[in-house]
Amino acid sequence: MPDPRDVRVPIGPQHPALKEPESFLITLRGEKITSVNIRMGYNHRGIEKACEERTYIQDLYLIERVCGICSHAHSTCFVQAVEEIAGLEIPARAKYIRTLIAELERVHSHLLWLGVAGHEIGFDTLLMYTWRDREVVMDLLASITGNRVNYGINTIGGVRRDLDASQIEETLKAMDILEERTKYYVGIAQEEITLKKRLSGVGKLSYEDALRFGAVGPTGRASGVARDVRRDDPYAAYAEINFNVITDNHCDVYGRTVVRLKELLEAFSIIRQLLKKFPDGPIVVKAPRKIPAGETVSRYEAPRGEDLHYVRANGTEKPERVKVRAPTLANVQAVSHMLEDGYLADMPIVVAAIDPCFSCTDRMSLVSNLDNHRTDVLPWEVLRRRGIEHYKKQGVDFSVLNKKLANVLGK
Amino acid sequence: MDEQAIKQRLEENFSFLKDKVMITRPRRIFVDVPLENFKPVLEYAYSVLGFKALSAITGLDEVTRLAAMYHLAKAGIMLNLKVPIPRNDTRIDTITAYFPSADIFERELVDLFGIQVQGLAEGPRYPLTDDWPKNEFPLRKDWKSSYKQGAEEADHA
Repeated sequence: MPDPRDVRVPIGPQHPALKEPESFLITLRGEKITSVNIRMGYNHRGIEKACEERTYIQDLYLIERVCGICSHAHSTCFVQAVEEIAGLEIPARAKYIRTLIAELERVHSHLLWLGVAGHEIGFDTLLMYTWRDREVVMDLLASITGNRVNYGINTIGGVRRDLDASQIEETLKAMDILEERTKYYVGIAQEEITLKKRLSGVGKLSYEDALRFGAVGPTGRASGVARDVRRDDPYAAYAEINFNVITDNHCDVYGRTVVRLKELLEAFSIIRQLLKKFPDGPIVVKAPRKIPAGETVSRYEAPRGEDLHYVRANGTEKPERVKVRAPTLANVQAVSHMLEDGYLADMPIVVAAIDPCFSCTDRMSLVSNLDNHRTDVLPWEVLRRRGIEHYKKQGVDFSVLNKKLANVLGK
Repeated sequence: MDEQAIKQRLEENFSFLKDKVMITRPRRIFVDVPLENFKPVLEYAYSVLGFKALSAITGLDEVTRLAAMYHLAKAGIMLNLKVPIPRNDTRIDTITAYFPSADIFERELVDLFGIQVQGLAEGPRYPLTDDWPKNEFPLRKDWKSSYKQGAEEADHA
């Protein structure tokens, strides 16, 4: 029997506080959250199944579309696995270009996050500033790869586009601008008292809990978990580059902000080192159309944390199995823990602080009705009735309120 | 402890793992573990070898049988334990007692492969919709989407 003091509030799957569909069923006592039920899967698109029905090169483009922000993370993670099974050693220059795009992507993703975080706490000036500055790196990505997102730079055996001297110079110049801007944001995070107070102590996740729930990326590192695939399991050109794994012991949203800001500064340093050492030579080796039988697990440090792809080949031109585990799936389980015992008003920023990407996580849309194998069009009334019944089952019932409202409106 | 040491210790402790531990490249170990012996091997990997992180669980359909592969991580080393599951009895036990984060990966096995994970706490399904028909497991090899079925029937007609 539920406690009469408890109120259940559904947030999502469609809700203005969320950027993507997912559902949080929150139980409140007063302003405090007592429990959270998270339901995901609204963005499941059946990409893993679709990969089994397509060739490796088609899959590469499909996989890149798992996510709209860290697209390069998924395509690199996948292509590394395929190359490993095929026994392909890619040219040094290709490795450097992949790493360069990876770090540029991290810069754009972290700046985007900083803006979203600013917006969630009512600091929209920060959103406007960071997204303006983010255009610098977006222009750069467009100039190097031809696209602002979904770069299409990878191919099996290397990369598809080379950089010329002017692009290298352009990139170095952009790094100076972005570094100066990032230092300014670091200053804000250290000195701006309103920001510090708003983010400190919110969305707590202790070191032990971060380990227990398997938190990855900046979410884990802000709780002192020094894990970073780039250092622990180096891929592409990371073994040849010096960088620090940033950790922080605040264990809250403030800590996650600090970690991302410092990671931006590390990214600029990585990009400068890459361009200084940039090897000459070819950018691609010829890859076979059919990949010999074999299996492997590929890991990649995406902006949101460890991305993992498992690929099994069966000797044909199509893979036997492709599994994608995006970083959000690893982090989302820590979210309900972070929200519990916190205030409802903190919910948007706590969710935003793991930098969630639910399309990454869910990867199927049902186009037809499986009961009768036909595509149905559901009229508005049916959808509405379904919705009301769905929420009633979960203990959310607005029928009394609706009647009162109807009386007031005289209907 | 490097990959060779891990392989050696696994083979010493579990006679049935002889020739079942493969190092495919630096930092990647693949192990075939019989279903009935999975628990002691997992316990050993977790408590003695120190694999305290679960990166993911991959479901597999190998036509004659199903399988689950547990990807455990310790710094850069990834220990992949593959457990075969017979098609006519797909029951396995949950590992949430070791890794609470296994919950969502195990729900994926339930929805997409029809593997029955015993001991999983009550909660919402993932990732399929609530009205998804029973006994339809999309990542099994014999499953085809109705869209695709329709297209094939049209081709034959």
